[in-house]
Amino acid sequence: MTTYEEFIQQNEDRDGVRFTWNVWPSSRIDATRLVVPLGCLYQPLKERPDLPPIQYDPVPCTRNTCRAILNPLCQVDYRAKLWVCNFCLQRNPFPPQYVAISEQHQPAELMPMLSTIEYIITRAQCLPPVFLLVVDTCIDDEELGALKDSLQMSLSLLPPNALIGLITFGKMVQVHELGCEGCSKSYVFRGTKNLTAKQIQDMLGIGKFSAPQQQQPRGPGGQPLPPANRFLQPVNICDMNLTDLLGELQRDPWPVAQGKRSLRSTGVALSIAVGLLECTYPNTGARIMLFVGGPASQGPGQVVNDDLREPIRSHHDIHKDNAKYMKKAIKHYDALAIRAAVNGHAIDIYSCALDQTGLLEMKQCCNSTGGHMVMGDSFNSSLFKQTFQRVFARDQKGDLKMAFNGTLEVKTSRELKVSGAIGSCVSLNVKGPCVADTEIGMGSTCQWKFCTFNPNTTCALFFEVVNQHSAPIPQGGRGCIQMITQYQHSSGQRRIRVTTVARNWADASVNLHQIGAGFDQEAAAVLMARMVVYRAEIDDGPDVLRWVDRMLIRLCQKFGEYAKDDSNSFHLPDNFTLYPQFMYHLRRSQFLQVFNNSPDETSFYRHMLMREDLTQSLIMIQPILYSYNFNGPPEPVLLDTSSIQADRILLLDTFFQILIFHGETIAQWRALHYQDLPAHENFRQLLQAPVDDAQDILQTRFPMPRYIDTEQGGSQARFLLSKVNPSQTHNNMYAYGGAMPVPSAESGAPVLTDDVSLQVFMEHLRKLAVSSTA
Amino acid sequence: MNPQYLPQQPQQQYGASAGQRFGPPPNAFPPMPHGGARPSPSGTPGGFQLSSGPPAPMGMHPVGLPGPQRMGPSVQGPQPFNSDLPPPSGPVSLGPGMSGAPTSGSHHPGFSGLNMMNGPAGPPSGPPGGPGSQPPPHTMPQQAPVMVPPPTSTPNQLATQLSGMNLSGQAPPPPSIQNSNYPVGPPTKPGLASVPPGAPGANYYHSPGSFPPAINGGPPPPTSSPGQPLQPPGQQQHGAPSRYMNGSMGPPPASGRGPMVGPPQPHMPTQHGIIPPQPGNMSAAHAHMPPPTGMPPSVGGMPQSGAMPPQHGGSSFQPFMQPGPPTGKLYHPSPDMYQPNAGAPPQMQQPSMGVQGPTPNYPPLHQPVGPQQTAHQGMQSQPARRLNPNDMPSPIQVMQDDQSNRSGVFCTNQKGLVPPLVTTNFITQDQGNASPRYIRSSMYNVPATIDIMKQAALPFGIIVSPLARTVGEEYVLPIVNMGEIGPVRCNRCKAYMCPYMQFIDGGRRFHCLFCKATTEVPAEYFQHLDHTGQRVDRFERPELILGSYEFVATKDYCRDNTFPKPPALIFLIDVSYNNIKNGMVRLLCSQMKEILKLLPKDEGAEKSNMRVGFITYNNTVHFYNVKGCLAQPQMMVVGDVQDMFMPLLEGFLCDPMESETVIDSLMEQIPAMFADTRETETILAPAIQAGLEALKASECAGKLLVFHSSLPIAEAPGKLSNRDDRKILGTEKEKAVLTPQVNVYNNLGQECVSAGCSVDLFVFNNSYFDLATIGQVSRLSGGEIYKYTYFQADLDGERLITDIKHDVIRPVAFDAVMRVRTSTGVRATDFYGHFFMSNTKDMELASIDCDKALAIEIKHDDKLTDEDGVYIQVALLYTSCGGQRRIRIINLSLKTCTEMADLYRNCELDTLINFFSKQAVFQLLESSPKAVKENLIKRCAQILATYRKYCSSPSSAGQLILPECMKLLPLYMNNILKSDAISGGSDMTIDDRSFIMQAVTIMDIPSSVVFFYPRLVPLHEIDVDSTELPTAIRCTSEKIRDDGVYLLENGIHMFLWIGLNAGMEWVQNVFGVLSAAQVNIERTSLPELDNPLSVRIRSVIDSIRQQRHRCMRLTLVRQRDKLEMVFKHFLIEDRGLDGSASYVDFLCHMHKEIRNLLS
Repeated sequence: MTTYEEFIQQNEDRDGVRFTWNVWPSSRIDATRLVVPLGCLYQPLKERPDLPPIQYDPVPCTRNTCRAILNPLCQVDYRAKLWVCNFCLQRNPFPPQYVAISEQHQPAELMPMLSTIEYIITRAQCLPPVFLLVVDTCIDDEELGALKDSLQMSLSLLPPNALIGLITFGKMVQVHELGCEGCSKSYVFRGTKNLTAKQIQDMLGIGKFSAPQQQQPRGPGGQPLPPANRFLQPVNICDMNLTDLLGELQRDPWPVAQGKRSLRSTGVALSIAVGLLECTYPNTGARIMLFVGGPASQGPGQVVNDDLREPIRSHHDIHKDNAKYMKKAIKHYDALAIRAAVNGHAIDIYSCALDQTGLLEMKQCCNSTGGHMVMGDSFNSSLFKQTFQRVFARDQKGDLKMAFNGTLEVKTSRELKVSGAIGSCVSLNVKGPCVADTEIGMGSTCQWKFCTFNPNTTCALFFEVVNQHSAPIPQGGRGCIQMITQYQHSSGQRRIRVTTVARNWADASVNLHQIGAGFDQEAAAVLMARMVVYRAEIDDGPDVLRWVDRMLIRLCQKFGEYAKDDSNSFHLPDNFTLYPQFMYHLRRSQFLQVFNNSPDETSFYRHMLMREDLTQSLIMIQPILYSYNFNGPPEPVLLDTSSIQADRILLLDTFFQILIFHGETIAQWRALHYQDLPAHENFRQLLQAPVDDAQDILQTRFPMPRYIDTEQGGSQARFLLSKVNPSQTHNNMYAYGGAMPVPSAESGAPVLTDDVSLQVFMEHLRKLAVSSTA
Repeated sequence: MNPQYLPQQPQQQYGASAGQRFGPPPNAFPPMPHGGARPSPSGTPGGFQLSSGPPAPMGMHPVGLPGPQRMGPSVQGPQPFNSDLPPPSGPVSLGPGMSGAPTSGSHHPGFSGLNMMNGPAGPPSGPPGGPGSQPPPHTMPQQAPVMVPPPTSTPNQLATQLSGMNLSGQAPPPPSIQNSNYPVGPPTKPGLASVPPGAPGANYYHSPGSFPPAINGGPPPPTSSPGQPLQPPGQQQHGAPSRYMNGSMGPPPASGRGPMVGPPQPHMPTQHGIIPPQPGNMSAAHAHMPPPTGMPPSVGGMPQSGAMPPQHGGSSFQPFMQPGPPTGKLYHPSPDMYQPNAGAPPQMQQPSMGVQGPTPNYPPLHQPVGPQQTAHQGMQSQPARRLNPNDMPSPIQVMQDDQSNRSGVFCTNQKGLVPPLVTTNFITQDQGNASPRYIRSSMYNVPATIDIMKQAALPFGIIVSPLARTVGEEYVLPIVNMGEIGPVRCNRCKAYMCPYMQFIDGGRRFHCLFCKATTEVPAEYFQHLDHTGQRVDRFERPELILGSYEFVATKDYCRDNTFPKPPALIFLIDVSYNNIKNGMVRLLCSQMKEILKLLPKDEGAEKSNMRVGFITYNNTVHFYNVKGCLAQPQMMVVGDVQDMFMPLLEGFLCDPMESETVIDSLMEQIPAMFADTRETETILAPAIQAGLEALKASECAGKLLVFHSSLPIAEAPGKLSNRDDRKILGTEKEKAVLTPQVNVYNNLGQECVSAGCSVDLFVFNNSYFDLATIGQVSRLSGGEIYKYTYFQADLDGERLITDIKHDVIRPVAFDAVMRVRTSTGVRATDFYGHFFMSNTKDMELASIDCDKALAIEIKHDDKLTDEDGVYIQVALLYTSCGGQRRIRIINLSLKTCTEMADLYRNCELDTLINFFSKQAVFQLLESSPKAVKENLIKRCAQILATYRKYCSSPSSAGQLILPECMKLLPLYMNNILKSDAISGGSDMTIDDRSFIMQAVTIMDIPSSVVFFYPRLVPLHEIDVDSTELPTAIRCTSEKIRDDGVYLLENGIHMFLWIGLNAGMEWVQNVFGVLSAAQVNIERTSLPELDNPLSVRIRSVIDSIRQQRHRCMRLTLVRQRDKLEMVFKHFLIEDRGLDGSASYVDFLCHMHKEIRNLLS
């Protein structure tokens, strides 16, 4: 272990953990003075192809309040067959089956390299996942046709034993019964009426409330089939039937008058889906996959009325408190999200429409349950088609890359407590000895529910050092954190993944540099981004921005080296240098700036930030820009106006968009079709290179980014221009000796914006950081 | 026939019959009557109307005796009825009872009771208790005899007659007798002998009681030897008779009374009827028959004659009168007549009468008879005897007469022209007034003053069947299309252009006869007038020349000002366990294809424009998408029964041709899908709501055919609790179960109406389903109810399918509004039928079809002027089954009158009865049954009393005189009172009761006529080669022979009664078994055997069924089987099993009441 960078990388690879601080201050007071809170990004399902699953149960600490799991950090007395819990110090005997252990013969969970380990609980019942399709039929025939194709295709991607069901909605909501011969059958609900779970179940004739049926149909195995089997059937059984059913889906037949929107009952449809699963498969992995082609325009969850003269709410309306349906709708969807989450059911929203569809209101359905939120323009776009296909991606073993109904539990050693989590999960409100008083994100609990998650899913966890300054920790002491994730594997197995990590303590008053050296600016940037976005969801813009600024300044003050009031003397340690830049881009990002974004887009962007891993999150915060030219291999270049050159092709990856930008000259050449001439083979190759690279990114990214091919002066170029640091603008392009408005070969292209450039931002930062009055 | 009948009939028949069989009896008769008369006189003094009247004259009769006797007998009679045997003994005593005192006592009670219907209970008790009162009844009978002039005579003229009750002689007034004679003739004869009396009477009573013997007795009578009959009837009877004979008077009373009490009464009367003598008078009346002399004289009825005659002459008269004296002379002749006629019956009665009377006058004949009679029937019969039922006005006769006199073409060219009876075959020629098939009035001469109206107590009611079918060559209503301007209407009252509008001012304006306002003629409609002041184009314009026609409506007459879409038909099928198990669902689905071929279409249209939809339900509602382009039907379940809605739009309603394959496949699927259902809790209101929403969503009117199984107890709106407590039926508390328990269905019905959605309920119940509540939705939406209790597809399937087909195919109007406009001075005030009214003028009918009629009462606002007349215009705005909005106009003009006589001469009894029945059913739900019945009786008495007072001669009060055109009023009134709809008691279920009540509410006149006087057709002597329906006979057990086979139907039920001695050959041919005892009475149809008789019998049944709009289930009843009770319940002239009054009883009671009113 040479550098912190390597250490961090190694830890991430092994445990999927990135801490903001890799050396922990030993007292509460010191911890708070670090500005950036102690926390980590944790990927509970980080892909570990090398990790052998253990086919037996974990050994828990016998102390009831602890129940931590035996791990490599525990002290073991091989002779007495005892182990000491490293969280509560309880001495535990090994269970009988461990009688043969010795220093040479250790169980897997004691091996240091297996600080992350996965158990398969073999005695647990194996349940296939459930997929409930909820399909909007208020879309035009072309869209509906494309959607039907995608859905029919998806049937082949599901595990054969997975259960599937279908709900369609328009003015009414229909729950389709599967497996009917000769006459298709569906249960219809009014789209304007909010029904309780019990009512829904009564009307469907299912659920615990309905009287036990005397003659329950029996499955092949003689097992009684659940009453809901009419609505949810294994894919391999109802395959044909469902294909036909989907094939016959018609556009919602209710007439839509001129100047009106279709009446769309998204809220009720979702409510019925939740109710259906709630009583039939509680606490079982399930996904409700909602496909919407427009905003809910009636009933509970309505976000707009059916009069086209009234546009859907904008940020402006919200700001002015002029969005009359929003609060009620949010309340409706939030309640649904909680109900679904409590039962371990996830809600995906696939929203494809040119206008907004109410993702703002529905966002908690995805955010709380870990479901996907996908936003596209059309079901007929490759963006949707490929994204949807990618939902069913499989790993090397052929299992779907998705886990269900997971619970993440955090255990801490005594000096620490957990103060919260930010991610696509909900609090389970489980109090425990390691729950901190202070809250960051979803706190006051040591357990969170992840209804569905995949290898990329990343949760931000925050910790509080509770050790008092007066009780120093002995030299060499280490703080431990254990993350226990129980979940339903897509194969149906019940699994538990345990990650146990430890870090050294350091006394900040003495060894601040040590702590500073352990700073992980990338993790810190992402963590701060999550915190600020989490706040932004509640607070309004300016306050949040000010908070970001203040935190940045305080961090610089704390760790920068400078002479007071001399901004030129300001200097940050190497592992802090990128942090201000991240913050600069974060401030300008769509996460915090709503200008030019619809509320739906904002919700979508924020949703993605809350779940992606560190690398992807960083791309979102500060997009990556590659340059292609004849002078050499592709290289990353500054995200700056200066990178925009006439003879370059730029590839911009903002996570949400992949943009290929042809410089002016290149674009001209291309327009003249030089690439088609054999003599200009190299030009063709140059044009092709970024396209190939973009394809690589497109292949792996979820959701599929918007792919844009543009050129200097093209309208789509705005995506690039809005991201680059405006070092050249109409305000300064004359001032800096730029000879002319024409972007010279070397000076890049100006951007017409009033935003401050990074340079200005940094100047101010320095000034403020060194200011004795700040 | 007719002509002959009138005048000659009586004579001829009588003569013939008499000559042939009854020679003797006839003779006897005459005397009898006299005798009767005598008694009656005596009675009169007693104060008995009947008897008294006549008797008085007679003097001899010392009515007293008769009275008592009657009493006695009556008393006995009743008992016998009830208990049959025991009574016999009673009778005996009765005989004596004649003596009067006792009887009288008994009578009273009995009467009142009887009359009331309560009869049963009343009588028994009565006898003992109120002797005093009783007398009247007795008298009644006696006097009663008088009566209606036989229609036979020239229709009107003779009318008078008396039906001397007891005295059969009189009453028998030709008609009845004739009728009876013909068919029954034989039996009667026997009856004559003594038996007859006994027998006939006995039969009556017995029959109900179940005395087959009685019947047997009947036959014997033929023999004529009284003795025989007597014996047969029953020894007991004999005993009785004997007594009669002897001291018919004194002794009997005492003993007789006790026993006799109630039942006998009727008989009693008859006996008293001895009145026969009166009859004699009556006979005079008969004389009427022999129009020439008879009539006048009769009319003259002596005193009465004065007044009467004119009337008679005018048209119909009738008064009976017993005025002994006068009549005496006149009558004499008649008596003869009678004899023949009465043939058997009269004789019988006579005998009885004779008994009494005989003693004095006619001893010989009577006596013999009397004894016999008494003997036979014992108690009961005797009393009955006295008043010979055959002498009482007979509906059969009336119908036959009308058929003879008025069949052919009926031109409506006169104001206030009384149309032929509904039973008469006639063709209407519309010449300015609408066909009576569309509209009939209870009176065609409307009194000018409120005062007359009040005194006459006759309601001015109209019965409208706006969609009635035309018959034969009658033209289909022409459709007038006025284009953009729409129908021309009076500016003030909005009456539509009709022949009553008078064009003035050179044709530029017209004068409205309804409101007297003057309106400009629209330029487009202008036409010059000819020299007579009439438009020259009037013969080209139906609305100027016809009484009924249609206008094409403009948008202004449409919902939302847009032309309607074609209406739709939605099948709502309950698929819960019951309906699956009984096979209904499978049957219906299998027949759907055929049913859908029958959708109605507009005149001239190639195919029906109507669309159909399907809904099934149990505790949820299932809609089906049957769009033609689908590969298979789609089912959509709505579980939200609290708040029903329409889950789909396109494809629910579809053209049955376009969606044929999908519907076929759906009809295969439905039975399969629910084959294993165990759902027993069903809903109803939400299902109907579903159908309603479906129509609303499609923006069209239509009809729901709901096939429902049971009480809706599932948790949903309209959930009902079981309040089945049939014990309270017939009590003052019955309202509690006959009115809705919740108003959900009322509200739903109103919603339906406002959306133009009508609901026909087909119910397949195995238990109580609370029709009183559920039926509201049909009532308010203009729907109809069909009930198939204990339905089994294999037995009742054909009936169901026939009903459905009939329901679907019949002419129907949707989304209708009907308003009745009248000329000033009168105003439509009360409305009865299946519809909803949101204001006081417009009847809103979601649908109305050819089988439904509405009753509207019109009241005076003011004095009418003599010359104007009364004009009525009924406008029905509706959507045709092809989707065209039209207005059907029905005009009727009536005369005004200032003379009571004119009023009584121009009444339409069938209309009146229809009106009364609807009104009574309506009132039952608001006031107590007792009050309703009393009111009817009172009204009936008032009507007749007023007639007696103003229109007939001042003859003796003891004589019962009936107006010619209402001589059947007492009979029909009694039948209303006895009908299940009004009096249904705990022997029927609450749902049956509600069902009947609803049926009455929508009945048109042809249906109500047969409903209130069931048709009894003898089949054993049917002419195999004829194709006509055999002539019906009077609806009494007296006419039933145990070697006969009879078909009885009232539009709801149909029975085939098989006598145990029915001819072997007949049975073999029709049933394919060797004897009546082997007939399988479980079956509901006759086996199809290949012989002329079988073919003929089946065709009779089929053709009768075709006349009714409900397919009647054929119930086979074998003599003496349990079911016979039910059968006898419908022998309406007899005393009911529940003790309700027989025709005779009631007539006597009426007589008493009238006398009370007059005194």
